[in-house]
Amino acid sequence: MHLIRVICVLAACLVPVWSAAAEEVVNVYSARHYDTDDALIKRFTEETGIKVNLIEGRSDTLLSRIEQEGELSPADVFITVDAGRLRIAEEKGVLQPTRSEILEARIPASLRHPDGLWFGLTQRARVIVASKDRVPADLTLDYEDLADPRWKGRLLIRSSSNIYNQSLVASLIENNGESGAEAWCRGVVANMARTPQGGDTDQIRAVAAGEGDVAVVNHYYLARLLNGKEADREVASKVRVIFPNQYGRGTHVNVCGAGVVKSAPNPGNAVKFIEFLASAPAQQRFAEGNQEYPAVEGIETSKTLRGFGPFKADALNAAKLGANNKQAVRTMDRAGWR
Amino acid sequence: MIRRGGGSGWPWVLCAVLASLVVAAPVCVIFSSVFRSSGGEWSHLVDTRLAVYASNTVILSIGVCVTAGVIGVSTAWILANHRFPGSRILGWCQLLPLSVPAYLSAYTLSDLLQFSGPVQGWIRQTFDLQAGEYWFPQVRSLGGAIAVLSLALYPYVYFAARLAFLEQSRAALEASRMLGRGPVATFLLVGLPLARPAIIGGLMLVLMETVADFGAVDYLAVDTFATGIYRTCYALESPVAASQLSAVLLSALFTLLGLEWMLRRGRRYHRTGTRCFRREGARMRTRGQVLAFVTCLAPVIAGFAVPAGRLVQLAIEGGDERGPGVLSSLAIDTAWLSAIAAMIAVVLALVIGYAARVRRTAGTAIPSAIARAGYAIPGPVIALGLLAPLVWADHAINDLWTGMFGADGRPGLIFTGSVVALVLGYQARFLAVSLSFVRSGLARLHRNLDDAARTLGSGAGRSLFSIYLPLLRPSLLAAGLLVFVDVAKELPMTLMLRPFNFDTLAVRVYELASDERLEEASTAALLIVLIGMIPVVLLARQAEGGLESDAEVERR
Repeated sequence: MHLIRVICVLAACLVPVWSAAAEEVVNVYSARHYDTDDALIKRFTEETGIKVNLIEGRSDTLLSRIEQEGELSPADVFITVDAGRLRIAEEKGVLQPTRSEILEARIPASLRHPDGLWFGLTQRARVIVASKDRVPADLTLDYEDLADPRWKGRLLIRSSSNIYNQSLVASLIENNGESGAEAWCRGVVANMARTPQGGDTDQIRAVAAGEGDVAVVNHYYLARLLNGKEADREVASKVRVIFPNQYGRGTHVNVCGAGVVKSAPNPGNAVKFIEFLASAPAQQRFAEGNQEYPAVEGIETSKTLRGFGPFKADALNAAKLGANNKQAVRTMDRAGWR
Repeated sequence: MIRRGGGSGWPWVLCAVLASLVVAAPVCVIFSSVFRSSGGEWSHLVDTRLAVYASNTVILSIGVCVTAGVIGVSTAWILANHRFPGSRILGWCQLLPLSVPAYLSAYTLSDLLQFSGPVQGWIRQTFDLQAGEYWFPQVRSLGGAIAVLSLALYPYVYFAARLAFLEQSRAALEASRMLGRGPVATFLLVGLPLARPAIIGGLMLVLMETVADFGAVDYLAVDTFATGIYRTCYALESPVAASQLSAVLLSALFTLLGLEWMLRRGRRYHRTGTRCFRREGARMRTRGQVLAFVTCLAPVIAGFAVPAGRLVQLAIEGGDERGPGVLSSLAIDTAWLSAIAAMIAVVLALVIGYAARVRRTAGTAIPSAIARAGYAIPGPVIALGLLAPLVWADHAINDLWTGMFGADGRPGLIFTGSVVALVLGYQARFLAVSLSFVRSGLARLHRNLDDAARTLGSGAGRSLFSIYLPLLRPSLLAAGLLVFVDVAKELPMTLMLRPFNFDTLAVRVYELASDERLEEASTAALLIVLIGMIPVVLLARQAEGGLESDAEVERR
């Protein structure tokens, strides 16, 4: 009797998990986890009446999850913060081609897949942050310079488990070959001021505090500090941004993009959701709220980013980044990059 | 001897075997990976990372066991045998660090002590120093990880050792003193050896928790097997190599566990005389009192007051931007998930424990042993071991459905798409916790009870509901509560198995903290600490009330 009661209670608890199917929904697997995005999602639901179910996680865990779930996956939209992952998703056959006049008109061809497998939403530059005190103001740098012994004990960069570093090394493999990239990784490891730890903001803070002199970070982390609390602004005031490789191929950029999942149960809503993310208000939100470079032309970047000045971005094809990703991880492993 | 339960116990055996499958199945899946090809990833691991994972894990485990052992045993000895101002309160306080999961200590302590943190900033400013002009220990390092984990886990040793010291016959200690041994020699030659089984039990818990830790070492930049498994699975995209890595780890852990069980089986420690008369404790001189006070207070400050205080401060200054709405829904999700997992863990433990009582055969002893070993399996390993069979089962069910009724209305992902996978995973890891309570609860009920019930015509099932359940209620409640808290704090498995649209407080904290937004993470983190304090209060009351609560000591 007791047992039956217990089972009934359990069953009652589990019901809500399965019963969410009746209303209009779109299921989003997102590697972005910014609270500014919450407001966007709320707005989408208000405008369309479509409820957004969101699962946040790292790009790699989400992707392996969609793959495992196969045709049964509830995922409609896959959002990742890195073009390499979009390419891997494409290769694994996880995404489906999408035609949308709105998206094709708004997003430049260079930032979307030719068959509409995925659409770029924002760009993030992987920049070098340098101490104002200890690094000359007119110094220009390439990524390649960071392996130079003159930066010994002065370089800060996070772990090789991080997708942005993997993508950066993938681009170096494409440009300098695997052995060139490995030599670079070894040089970087030899120059590290400390064991890779923390996230990008941590690296900036460490430069400001004097633990190292240069750090490799995504641009918006610095922009966020510049718009943060007083203590954060003080940290940011001690460093400046350097866009690497300006006289060569350009600075490495990560494309944050979204695609409709092949097995999407709600493909129509998925397209609506991505179209919404490419709309002017949403793009403005990405630009202002999270300090990213909007993909849609004609949307103004934030004031902070205008302060960074214009830069030349590496036009390297996302396909190459994806294809090289695993090699990149192995290369960093061999170089002893934590 | 008459076999208890006669021949009618086989349904219980069957149930026990089935219940233990939640632990056995993922382990079998992991070990079967040894026969699969990882496509070169395994040899890549051997060439590059394996040595680091192994050496870090070994050094970390030894370091934490030694440090936690020293802290736990010394505080236990002092508080069990001496009275000084504040000793009662301090005895209770030693359990407080248990309420701060290691990953929260790691976040807060490195936030405070890292180079750009407030402490070092203050030092640089006050003494006008630059980087490299002074020495300060690096928090994010192997040493830092040993310190953080030791402070978070030493209460396990403390709790076990204190009970053992309290149960020691006063006569043995006094005989030692009368025969001319000093207090230190008495501790080393009499007290410590007598308490050894309990201390080793506590240390095994510490060891298992250390090896299973993911959040703290991940944040403190120490690569162990647990983080290596996660990375191999996702960054190298090789679940097979990750499973093989897990198999290596599990072999080592099970060997240790087996050794400990053999050790315990081979020895008997007898007590003479009355076992728990209240002792007043030796009076100490002032200097001794101060020393004792500081020794017992320091670990509580470092392991509880500092991290919790910092979280409170951060929560007041900033807190979660998503506000109380999101947080309370997270807290509710966490609570009901933990509650379901705890209820099931208690039911399964009852089945296994009761079966072993009704019918004492290998058929019930083995499930019990398997379930108790589950605690040695780190979360990521369980997740890996469960994912493959559950994904397969999900697809098989849907294929079958489509074959019979067509694709319409097929059930979807029953296991991996809901909390079922997660709840199963929690069983694999935490069934051992509830089982230890059930076992010690049952052990306290005299066997005459079974015989009387049987004589009066009550079968095993009826006896369970009408006699055992009411009598076991306190044990079952405590068991459920501890599982509840363990689940609420659990991180790596939840990260890997959680269903769509579902987060727990721990996941939220992890995500914010790894995005360096500790201030925002602080609110959810504080909630976790508050939940973690529930069993601390319970255990403290139990420890005050009597000495029978060896369940926690045995919890494995």
